[in-house]
Amino acid sequence: MKDLSQLDVPGPTKTPLTAPFWENAAEGKLTIQKCGSCGEHFFYPRPLCPNCWSSDVAWTEVRGFGRLKSYSQIWKPGHPGWLPATPYLVGLVELDEGPTLLSHILVEGHEAKIGDRLEFIPQNIGGQMLPCFKNPDNKEEPA
Amino acid sequence: MRHLSPRTAISGIGELKPVRRTEGVTTLELLMQVSALALQDAGIGSDQVDGLLVGPQVGETPQHVPAMVSEYFGLQPTMSNMVDLGGASGPGMIWRAAAAIAAGQCETVLCVLGNHRNTPAPRSPNRNPAREFDPPFGASGANTSYALLMQAHMDAFGCTAEDYAIIAAGARSNAQLNPDAIFYGQPADVEEVLASPMVASPLHLFEIVMPVAGGDAVVVTTAENAKEGPHRPVHLLGAGEKITHRVVSQAPNLTSGPLKPAMARALSQSGLGIEQIKFLSLYDCYTIMVATTIEDAGLCGPGQFANWLRDNGGMGPEANQPINTHGGQLGFGQPDLAGGMTHVVEAVRQIRGNAGERQIAGCETALVTGNGATMSEAVALVLGGAQ
Ligand SMILES: [Zn+2]
Repeated sequence: MKDLSQLDVPGPTKTPLTAPFWENAAEGKLTIQKCGSCGEHFFYPRPLCPNCWSSDVAWTEVRGFGRLKSYSQIWKPGHPGWLPATPYLVGLVELDEGPTLLSHILVEGHEAKIGDRLEFIPQNIGGQMLPCFKNPDNKEEPA
Repeated sequence: MRHLSPRTAISGIGELKPVRRTEGVTTLELLMQVSALALQDAGIGSDQVDGLLVGPQVGETPQHVPAMVSEYFGLQPTMSNMVDLGGASGPGMIWRAAAAIAAGQCETVLCVLGNHRNTPAPRSPNRNPAREFDPPFGASGANTSYALLMQAHMDAFGCTAEDYAIIAAGARSNAQLNPDAIFYGQPADVEEVLASPMVASPLHLFEIVMPVAGGDAVVVTTAENAKEGPHRPVHLLGAGEKITHRVVSQAPNLTSGPLKPAMARALSQSGLGIEQIKFLSLYDCYTIMVATTIEDAGLCGPGQFANWLRDNGGMGPEANQPINTHGGQLGFGQPDLAGGMTHVVEAVRQIRGNAGERQIAGCETALVTGNGATMSEAVALVLGGAQ
């Protein structure tokens, strides 16, 4: 595995609304918003629930487990700063709580398959701790 | 569903030959040149244009785009707007032009898109939240998004790399009949497509459009006006549009897109079934986009596109339902947002019967699709020749 912490790559463009997602993830807690009115979890952060438009939304810690919905091994990255890390894997992770997020997948390309169970892990990318995913430590982790 | 009466028609088309690089030209210059070609083709002067639809990202003019373009062109339109639907912008302009004409706000609308490729080439500005949640993980650009869509499609239906490569090879083959195409003189068979470098698995280089400079323009007017022009009018018989999301992580479905309802609406308005459409002018930023569109159009079941293509006799002018005879964007090149309009322009040529060497015999109808962002912005048009 390459040392992703040394990459010179663009980090997240946080706003006051979205900062808790990044800050909590850096500390090992994966948090997304949940609507108190319709009960849906949603991602990315918004001031109102995109499902029912209620303003009763709160940050909530999720279990950090999900399923790989799709993946790609990147050989020619869109940003040149990622070149030293090629080939690397990005994927769509559907959290157990429902929402899907795009992330960096810390397994080798030939080992990944759609449907894989994945676990959240903070990873230093370009000097920032970002929410990435890897194979779970405990393969028996219930779905 | 309300049918579109053929009250509007396409009377003029213009297209610049794509080039890999330009130096020192502005987008406004290219837009004006390609617009002049379309007006000349329609047999009208600029004094007859009272509507103007332009795309976003006209480099020199981030704001007040229609006013800047109008002033530059010497126009004073009674209807103008910017259509911002990515690769679906061109087809999206056509039905908006027809709707504005039907609303009595104008009679003749110029729809124009294009861009230069000076150094440095223009880059789409990407703002939050699209910027915030993908690039930090190494996923910037459309290649990653369509690679994720393709891997999901492959996995869901067991399609092979060869299946998708047929589409790139077919586009390259069609480009050999279009001297304007960027890959004219450079065919590539399935083996060569698969031997091209992997960019973002499972997408190979030849399955991805090449960015070029260029422009496309279309004149939409009343069916009455169009009769006065030098060419057979091409009527807008139906249109459909749908947006589902922006970034790929938010896609409600990875193996079927918003073109499905958009095409259904367009066909329903036209009163035609998909089997009655002769020419399929399908947006092809990537091979996967054509595969999904063939399936979403109901031409075959999910995962069956390659078998359908084989039964169809390929994609060329002799096929049962020819696809992208200008080479598609995979063979012609993608002149930025004008790429989507190349599919309209080629459909008009085919229906007029002046597509030259690549003319489809008896081409009376065409389905045109436009697609933007991450299979998220969709427009479909059904076009037919005036009787
Ligand atoms: Zn809600």
